[in-house]
Amino acid sequence: MSASSADILPLDSEQAISLTNAVHGLSPEQLLWVSGYTAGLAAAGAPAAKAANTDSAAAVSSKRRQEKLTVLYGSQTGNGEDLAISLVRDAVARGFAAQAISLSDYKPTNLKRESLVTFVISTHGEGDPPDDAELFHEFLLSKKAPKLANLQYSVLALGDSSYVNFCQTGREFDSRLNELGASRFEALLECDLDYEDLAAGWRERVVDGLPELLAAGQVSVVPILHAVESTSVFDKSNPFPAEVLVNQKITGGASSKDVRHIELSLEGSGLTYEPGDALAVIADNPPQLVTEFLTELKFKADAPVTIKDVQLNLKDALSSSLEITALNLNFLRAWAETSTDASELQSLLEKGNAAALTDFIDQNQVIDVVRQYPAAVGEQQFVAMLRPLSPRSYSIASSLEANPDEVHLTVAAVRYDAFGRDHWGAASTHLADRITEGDKVSVFVEKNRRFRLPAADVPVVMIGPGTGVAPFRAFVEERVEKNASGDNWLFFGDRNVGSDFLYQLEWQRHLKQGNIKRLDVAFSRDQRKKIYVQDRIRESGAELHRWIERGAAIYVCGDAKQMAPDVHDALIEVLETYGELDHQAAEQKLKELRTAGRYQRDVY
Amino acid sequence: MSGNELTEVEIIKAASRHLRGSIAEGLVDPLTGAISPPDTQLSKFHGIYQQDDRDIRSERTRQKLEPAYSFMIRARIPGGLLTSAQWLGVDRIATDYANQTVRLTTRQAIQYHGVIKRDLKQTVADINHATLDTIAACGDVNRNVMSPPLPALSVVHRQVQRYAESLSEHLMPKSRAYHEIWLDSKKVESSKDEVEPIYGDTYLPRKFKAAFVVPPQNDVDVYAQDLGFITIVEDSVVVGFNVSVGGGMGMTHGETNTYPRLGDVLGFITPKDILAVAEAIVTTQRDYGDRTNRKHARLKYTIDDRGVEWFRDEVERRSTVKFEEARKFAFVANGDVYGWHKDDVGAWHYGLFVENGRIGDVGERRLLSGLRKIAERYNTEFRLTPNQNLIISKVDEAEKAGISEILSEFGIQNSQRATPLRLNSMACVAFPTCGLAMAESERYLPTLIDKLDAGLKQHGLTDKPITIRMTGCANGCARPYIAEIALVGKGPGRYKVFLGAGFAGERLGAPYLENANEVEVLEALDPLFARFAADRNDAEHFGDFLVRAGIVREVTAGRHIHDS
Repeated sequence: MSASSADILPLDSEQAISLTNAVHGLSPEQLLWVSGYTAGLAAAGAPAAKAANTDSAAAVSSKRRQEKLTVLYGSQTGNGEDLAISLVRDAVARGFAAQAISLSDYKPTNLKRESLVTFVISTHGEGDPPDDAELFHEFLLSKKAPKLANLQYSVLALGDSSYVNFCQTGREFDSRLNELGASRFEALLECDLDYEDLAAGWRERVVDGLPELLAAGQVSVVPILHAVESTSVFDKSNPFPAEVLVNQKITGGASSKDVRHIELSLEGSGLTYEPGDALAVIADNPPQLVTEFLTELKFKADAPVTIKDVQLNLKDALSSSLEITALNLNFLRAWAETSTDASELQSLLEKGNAAALTDFIDQNQVIDVVRQYPAAVGEQQFVAMLRPLSPRSYSIASSLEANPDEVHLTVAAVRYDAFGRDHWGAASTHLADRITEGDKVSVFVEKNRRFRLPAADVPVVMIGPGTGVAPFRAFVEERVEKNASGDNWLFFGDRNVGSDFLYQLEWQRHLKQGNIKRLDVAFSRDQRKKIYVQDRIRESGAELHRWIERGAAIYVCGDAKQMAPDVHDALIEVLETYGELDHQAAEQKLKELRTAGRYQRDVY
Repeated sequence: MSGNELTEVEIIKAASRHLRGSIAEGLVDPLTGAISPPDTQLSKFHGIYQQDDRDIRSERTRQKLEPAYSFMIRARIPGGLLTSAQWLGVDRIATDYANQTVRLTTRQAIQYHGVIKRDLKQTVADINHATLDTIAACGDVNRNVMSPPLPALSVVHRQVQRYAESLSEHLMPKSRAYHEIWLDSKKVESSKDEVEPIYGDTYLPRKFKAAFVVPPQNDVDVYAQDLGFITIVEDSVVVGFNVSVGGGMGMTHGETNTYPRLGDVLGFITPKDILAVAEAIVTTQRDYGDRTNRKHARLKYTIDDRGVEWFRDEVERRSTVKFEEARKFAFVANGDVYGWHKDDVGAWHYGLFVENGRIGDVGERRLLSGLRKIAERYNTEFRLTPNQNLIISKVDEAEKAGISEILSEFGIQNSQRATPLRLNSMACVAFPTCGLAMAESERYLPTLIDKLDAGLKQHGLTDKPITIRMTGCANGCARPYIAEIALVGKGPGRYKVFLGAGFAGERLGAPYLENANEVEVLEALDPLFARFAADRNDAEHFGDFLVRAGIVREVTAGRHIHDS
C-alpha cells in the first residue's frame, strides 16, 4: 500500500501508517482474510481498539471460566466445515470469541481444557465417522477419554436418512460426551441431506444462547481459508443454469456401461472451483418413472399437492421436487405403516435387522416398495412421505485453469433392470439421456477441502477406477497448467480395456509428454481372473513405498463400498511388506498419513 | 521417384535385429491395443498386420478412446493344401480369437481378422499347434507360394505341390525371431551371429510373390507374380517349367510411373534347377531393387529399368543355370472350376464357391459350421483355390453322398445365385479392417453383381462367364487389372473402372471410367453388354470383344496402361 493511496482513504495519516504496518508482509490470502475480519468487526459494531485489547478486556469483563466457543467439525464433504465457519462468523459478528477447528487438526486430549464446544459431525457409509474425525472418534469412545464435567456441548449431526445408521457418529458423540459428564447446552440435531433450513435455525439458537454461556467482547479467529472463496451469487438456493457444451459418451460401443463426458459452461456465473471440488446438479426425475408412479398408485397427474406451503400439481412435484428414486428409511417406515400387506417390511424394520435393512434399501427404489407392498394412499399423503429431491454431486473432472469458464463431469448413467423393470438413476440419466448440447442444467459448486492437491513439488499417487478417475483428470490438468514439478502416478481400472478405458487418449498423451510418470491399469473382465486396482497396488508395492517415503500424497476416488476398503487394505499391506511394519503399525502409519493430509479420499 | 535416401522401412528393418524390434515388449504394454509404429512394419514379416475398425474410427476419437485396434493374421499355406485335422484347427482359432470368420485369400492362404493384442500370442501359438505357421505371410520377403489345386489331375498335383512346398521352405527367413516372440523359444545368444543367407539383414526392398501354374488353367494368375513357374507336363510327368518374372499388380492412383505389369517369360528350366534359379532371382532383386522408394521397389520396376535381357543374364550368372527356349503352352481361363469332378485316379473333388473368400455362418448359409462338420466326419483334403474358393478334395465314392448331404443341410452348396459373373468374381477385404481401403469392396461387390446380373439377363448373357474384380484401393490384392471388368476404389462409392483384360489373365485392362459411382458404372456397362450380345464372335470373351471392337485400347505392357 503506498502513501498516495492512503490520501484517498477515510483514515488520518497516523491510522493509515499503522494499517500499512499491520498488513505489511501479508500474503494475498492473509490480506483477504483480514478484509473478512475487519468486515466482521464492522458488523459487530465494535471499535477495533476493543479488539486489539482482547486479553485485558477478557480478564476484566468475564467472571466466567468460559472464554470462547470452539467449533469442532468433521465431514467428508465441505458441508461440515462450511457450517462450522458460518457459526463462528455469526458468533464473532456478535462479538464473541469463537474458533472453528477441523477434528483432524485437533488434539483429542485438549478436550478436557475446553468449556464450550459445538460439534458438527457427519456420518458415512454404514455409520462410520468421516476420515478426518476417525482418530478423534476412536479416542472419544475409548477408555482413554477423560471426565468432562466442566464441558458444555452441543452436537449437530449430518447424515443421509437413506442409510440405516443415520447420523450414527453424531449420536455416538452426543451420548458419549454425556456419559463422560459433559452437559448439553443444545439438544442433538440430526440433519438429513436437505439440512440447510434446519441448520440455519440451529445456528441462530446457538448464537442467541451465547450471552448466557460466554463472556462477550472477545474476537477469535476463523481458520485461514485454503483459497479465495467464490464470490458468485450462485449457490444451492440459487443454482446457476449452465449451458451444456458437450455431452459425449466415452465408453466404446461394446461396453456394458454408458459413461458420459459432460462439459458445461460457467460463463457469466462467477463460479469458481478447484481440483477436488464437486459440482452439484439439480435434475428432474426420469419422466418414465413419474408416469409409473401415477399409473401404479392411480394418481391424477394434475392433483394439487402442498410441499412446504407451496401448492403445485402432483406431476410437477414428482418430476422436480421430490425424491422418487433413492429409497430412504423414513419413507420405508411411513410406507410400512400405510400398507396393509407389509408384514415383511415391518419385520425388516425391527431392531437387529440392520444389515438386511441396509441391503434392502440398497437394492430397492421407492417404486419397488410401492409395487411390492400395495397401499391405498392419497396424493398428499404420499407426497408427505417423500423427502425433497436432493442435488447429485459429481467430482469435477476438469481444471478451471486449463478450461476457463468450463466445468467437466464424468457421469455413469445409472440404468438397470430389477424385478423385471427398468430402473433409472435420477441425475445421471437426466445428464445422459434428457439433455443435449445447448440445454441448460442447474448447478452449484460444492467445495471439498478434504480433497486437495499438495504443494507443487510433492509426488502424487492417484487411485481412481471407473468414474473415480474424474478428479484426477482435473489434478493432472491443473499440475500441467501450473508446471508443478511433483511426479504423478495414476492407477485406473474398469471392466474392459477396449471400451472402458476412460480418457484413454488423454492419458496416453499425458504419459508421452511426461505429465504423468506412471500409469497402471487393471481391467477386471479382460481375463479369466479378475484384476483390480488393489492388485496393481500390491504388484507395484516396492515402488509405491518408495514414493511414500519420498513424501507422496495418496488420493483415492470412487466406490466406497468395495474399492475403497480393498485399496485401503492393499496400502496397509504395502506399508507392512516394504516398510517392514507389523499390521498394527502399518495401520497406524496410514492413519498418520491421513491425518497429515497425505491420504485423502473422495469416495461415495 | 525420390532421392537416394533409404526409406523409413529400410531403416526399421536394419535396426530390427532380424525382425525382432520391440514386438515382444509391445505385446505386454497394457495401456494400448496397438504395438509401436516401427513394430507394425516388422510384425508383417511374422504374418501379422495391425488394423483398426475404420467404421468406428472417428466415433472412438470423439469418445477419447484410441482406435479399436485389432490384428489380421495370415497363415503360410503353400499351395493352399490343408488336411481335415488342420482345417479343424483353423476353424477353432476363428471361433476362439477372431471375428468368427476365416477369410480365404487370393494367394491360397487363410487370414483372421479382429484378433486383439492380448490374444495375439496365443493365437499364433495355436496356429502352430495346428501344424501351420504365419512366417513371412506378409512383409518384404517371399510370400505364400501358390500352386494350383488341380482337382482333375491328382498325379501332377502331387508333384507340383511338392515343388511349391520346397520353394516356400527354401525362401523362408532363417531368423529365430518368430519362434522367440510367439513360441517362447530360447533366445539366440546374439542376433548378430544369425545369418539370413538369402535375404541379408534388410530382406527384400518390397514384397515378392511366387506361383506355380499348370496350363491350360491360369487360376493362379501367373503373370501377376514376381516369379512364375509355368509347368510343362508330358504324360503326367512334370518335365520342367517356363519361368516368368516381373509381374505385379500394385500402383498408386495419379502416379503414372507406377503401374501393374504382367510377367515376361525368361525361358525353360528343368525341375532340379528350381531353387537355384529362384534364389538367383531373389538375390538379384535384393541387390538391385530400389530401396529409396517403396512405390518403385517391386521386381517389375527393376526389370523395366534395366531390361529383361540384363535380368536374364544376371540370373544365369548367379545360378549358373542356362535358360532353354520356352516350351509351348496355352491358357484358357483364370477362374476356378466348381461342383463335383472325378480325378485321374477316381477320387472326387467338390469345388465350393465361397463369395469373396469369407467363411462364416450367415443366416441359413452356415459355411463355417458345415465345413467343420465335414472335417470332423471325413478325412479329406481342403484345397484353397487362387480365387478365394475351396475344394473339398480326395473324396471316396462312398463319402460323396454324405458330404453332399452336409452341404445341403448347412445351405452351402453352390446355388442358383452363383451366376457365371459371380463365380468369376473376386473382392479384397477393404473396409472396415484394411487400413489402405479408400472404398468398399468385399461388403459391396455382391450387391453390384446383383445389379449387373439383372442387366446381363436382359441382354441374354446370363450364361456367359465374365471376370469381375473389385479392390478398395489401387494396390491390387484381388488382382483387378487382369479382370475383364475391374473396379478399383478411389473414394467412398467411387471407382476407377478398367475394361478389356484377357479372360485368362494374359492381358491388362485399360482405364475406361476415371471416378465412377454405381449409377455411372451401370450406365456405362449396359450399352457395352448390348453390343457384346449383338456383335460378339462365337466363344469370344467380353474383354477380347471390347478390344477388337475398339471400345478400349489394347494394353500391350504395364508401363503403357496410363497412355491415352
